[in-house]
Amino acid sequence: MIPELGHFALILAAMLAITQSILPLWGAQRGDARLMGSAAPLAVAGFVAITISFAALIWAYVTNDMTVVNVVANSHSAKPMLFKITGVWGNHEGSLILWVMVLAGCSAAVAAFGAALPSALQARVQAVMGMILLGFLAFIIFTSNPFERIWPPPPDGQGLNPLLQDIGLAIHPPLLYVGYVGYAVTFAFAVAALIEGRVDAAWGRWVRPWSLAAWAFLTMGISIGSWWAYYELGWGGYWFWDPVENASLLPWLAGTALLHSAIVVEKREALKIWTVLLALMAFTLSLLGAFLVRSGVLNSVHSFASDPARGLFILGLLGIYVTGAFALFAWRAPSMAPAGVFAPISREGGIVLNNLLLCSITAVVLVGTLYPLFLDLLTGQMISVGPPFFNAATAPLALPLVMGMAVGPMLAWKRANLWPVLQRLWWVACMALLAFILTLTFAGWHVLSALGFACAFWLICGAAADIADRAGVGRTSLRNALNRARHLPRAAWGAAIAHAGMGVTILGVAGMGLAVEKLVAVPPGGSTQFAGYEWRLEGVRDFIGPNFTARKATITVLRDGRVVHVMEPSKRYFPTGRMTTTEASIRTSVAGDLYAVLGEERANEAGVNEAVLRLHNNPLAPWIWIGAGIMALGAAFSLSDRRIRIAAPARRRKDAEAEASA
Amino acid sequence: MSEVAKAGPKPSRRKLLVYAPLGVAAAAGLGFWAMLRGLQDGSFNPRGVPSALLGKPPPDFALPALESSGLPALASADFRGMPGPVVVNFWASWCPPCIIEHPHLMALQRQGVPVWGVNYKDRARDAQAFLTRHGNPYARLGVDKPGRVAIDWGVYGVPETYILDRNGIIRWRFAGAITPELMAQDIQPLIRRLSAR
Amino acid sequence: MKIFLMPSDAGRAHRRAWLRRVFPSLGHKFRLAAPAALRPDLGGGFWLLALLLLLSAPAFAQIGDTTYRLRDPEQETRAREIGKELRCLVCQNQSIEDSDAPLARDLRRIVREQVELGASNELVIRFVHERYGDFVLLRPPFRWSTLLLWATPALALLGGIFAIWRSRRQANTTGIGPLELTEAERKRLAILQGDQKA
Repeated sequence: MIPELGHFALILAAMLAITQSILPLWGAQRGDARLMGSAAPLAVAGFVAITISFAALIWAYVTNDMTVVNVVANSHSAKPMLFKITGVWGNHEGSLILWVMVLAGCSAAVAAFGAALPSALQARVQAVMGMILLGFLAFIIFTSNPFERIWPPPPDGQGLNPLLQDIGLAIHPPLLYVGYVGYAVTFAFAVAALIEGRVDAAWGRWVRPWSLAAWAFLTMGISIGSWWAYYELGWGGYWFWDPVENASLLPWLAGTALLHSAIVVEKREALKIWTVLLALMAFTLSLLGAFLVRSGVLNSVHSFASDPARGLFILGLLGIYVTGAFALFAWRAPSMAPAGVFAPISREGGIVLNNLLLCSITAVVLVGTLYPLFLDLLTGQMISVGPPFFNAATAPLALPLVMGMAVGPMLAWKRANLWPVLQRLWWVACMALLAFILTLTFAGWHVLSALGFACAFWLICGAAADIADRAGVGRTSLRNALNRARHLPRAAWGAAIAHAGMGVTILGVAGMGLAVEKLVAVPPGGSTQFAGYEWRLEGVRDFIGPNFTARKATITVLRDGRVVHVMEPSKRYFPTGRMTTTEASIRTSVAGDLYAVLGEERANEAGVNEAVLRLHNNPLAPWIWIGAGIMALGAAFSLSDRRIRIAAPARRRKDAEAEASA
Repeated sequence: MSEVAKAGPKPSRRKLLVYAPLGVAAAAGLGFWAMLRGLQDGSFNPRGVPSALLGKPPPDFALPALESSGLPALASADFRGMPGPVVVNFWASWCPPCIIEHPHLMALQRQGVPVWGVNYKDRARDAQAFLTRHGNPYARLGVDKPGRVAIDWGVYGVPETYILDRNGIIRWRFAGAITPELMAQDIQPLIRRLSAR
Repeated sequence: MKIFLMPSDAGRAHRRAWLRRVFPSLGHKFRLAAPAALRPDLGGGFWLLALLLLLSAPAFAQIGDTTYRLRDPEQETRAREIGKELRCLVCQNQSIEDSDAPLARDLRRIVREQVELGASNELVIRFVHERYGDFVLLRPPFRWSTLLLWATPALALLGGIFAIWRSRRQANTTGIGPLELTEAERKRLAILQGDQKA
């Protein structure tokens, strides 16, 4: 009964989405306030309907309803409750429901916080959101219905892939989806602006918070995914340039460019056409990611399981949204007059450089990801495009980007002088140079890592220099400067924090460049020297978990005879999927991670049982993800800026709520 | 882009540039559509990596025979001066797909096509038991216990099957278990063609 | 122990019959098919799964000794560098250094043996390339068919610069006004900048 209710709610949501995509649009064309006013309640109602549907699916999982095919294929009664719930979005159908729920939530949020929007703009934005919603609801209902029943029910489910039975699945996809889907809002704003044929500062002010919020969530989502791969896959790697990873990086790159160019629209009414195009591209790329992963063109090792009908359906949706939007762009963009002239050396000029480099990196990642597919299609040749290519092709573009990141925020709008800015950055350059030299001196000939450390210090100190400069440190008394720093616009703080966060992430990446590992077979009681520690294998024992059995090793890590840490890496065997996973044991400190993986157990030539251990020393590794968190924090700071809050002048009372949403 | 140029009576250059995203998206969309169609009819298969040795003779090697099987051993010299095409199959007793494809190898053998085997990383006892239980399709059988020769052939894993023409040139390779469709559509026609010449 | 509830033989037969009905085309493959449905578009690496499920590992170790490492740390570093360039063919997108697939182990061993014999990086990579083709190289080789790929960074950059140049020229010619500020404007700007540097 409950699954049918969920199915019904889904169909109801689709009906609401049809209405939402027609009535407000029609109203906006005719100037009918009543029709335009229907947008907000329809959006909220749609969100409620999809939430009910999602709750119904969770219910089916929680109660082990084995008459639902989706539950059978992805769950098992012996699974811990947390993973029963998170398993709902650990599969294609369930994750789509989450996706549309987030989309409907964004639509409802536009309705809730957008009361001050010009009603025609609000109506058009909601209509576009309704169209996107409708497409994906139809996709679920016609090709990926999670509420399908089976009778007679099998005795138990197939279980969830053990790799997914992790807290990572609880937080990673929802964050990622909020990021992906957040760009649907900027997309809708861009399409609405194209329909109206007008982009102005007010439009920029509306788009910016959405692009900021989507960016913050996407940043967190990607970094948690990377962290998850780092500890769950057990190879100590955090980024593999895997097509699936690239699919999430592409909208992030385009979104980062959008974030910056939207500032120019808001402040100077320049780069308008370009910003609209970026808003269209950010969402196009997040849809492309969904297509690549769900259609089977990428991971066709499982080609028997991927349904080409689904791929064609998504491609059709993409065709409608993307070509529709780009055709509208081609038709309307030339009519938008460029405005806001600026000199090449200026804040705007800096942001243009940022956009140029970010878009070039986007192009490299996009082409690198798709090239093998298209080459195979056109010529039948099979090639691989892997980390060596992406590292070599993006680094030369990323380096000037990072160098510009410290300079850009200190340039004046419209026209600036480069020399005084560089003078204010001299100590920052010295720090970077010092980091470079120190790395080469103490860590050996690791030029790339040294360059990474230099970039990290350049960014972190550069952010500090930016704030110091704005506060007038050196030009006024320290007390005065501190006071001014406190009252700097939140957006200025946000930018500095986010840029410093990027520096922190680069610090971690550079540190990982110095990572070392050791593979060793140790008998119980034996020990090995690695990374300045003594690692003693106390023993390996059996361990029984809720739905797995495991072999668990106990390793005591000693320094100068003192116990530093006890590590317990294990290998888990899941009977339901007949799969084995390795659970790395990680000891995190500010200096980095010690990382231990238990390999096979075997007898050596002398007949003594040994356990194979893989030990990693990953200097500064945690800072990769901490840096991403700082970046997201910077975005949150910018979101709380007064300018964004007062964007709704007519409804001051709503300000507090708007801030809460940030 | 020529189509785009016709869009307006006299399009300015600026106008051409705004059509660029549409053009790129449309081209990519067409490509993806072709890929999906290819996935459906099997003409596009990102998994089917062609062997680097196609059109070349096999590498130099000499493998020992499987003791107790009484079958002759296999070496690269055996590929010289053959009367017709030959099928080379890499297999192991511990590989379930090898059991699935085994009847097809037996069928080829009954048909009179020489099937030569390479037993990959296997125990002699287990390999012998496998042949006793499922039948022996192999006219020659080399034992590659360390798996080195397999790497020289560019083998991914077992089972893997090659077809060589009478001059000892590799003409076809398939990684994975042979299926009835593969037998009917690829293997049989190719062997017929190679035998006819 | 409810935890280790494995289907009894009767249950298993029931389950198999059920599977055959729901997925007639898949039959015995169903266990392999399930994980594909478990791959939502997450950023993580779910290909490990493919590796675990699609490979049948030999029951005993052969040349793929997991602990095989070169004594000379410089040579070992070089072997790792080479390994990072080579794709583990049976995995989704990992290098042979990041995989425990039997083929990856074998190739790791072969790379190390050749490095120990003094072969240059190029020679070792060519050895593997000759056997496994372009697909094994994670850094695609330069040739006509990959020209566009390798030229992408330069093309994107030049294209972007061209677009910027054109739009600036157009803005200048359409007469929005001179770029130069008047002296008065400059003074006002300086005052404004001094005050609020938002």
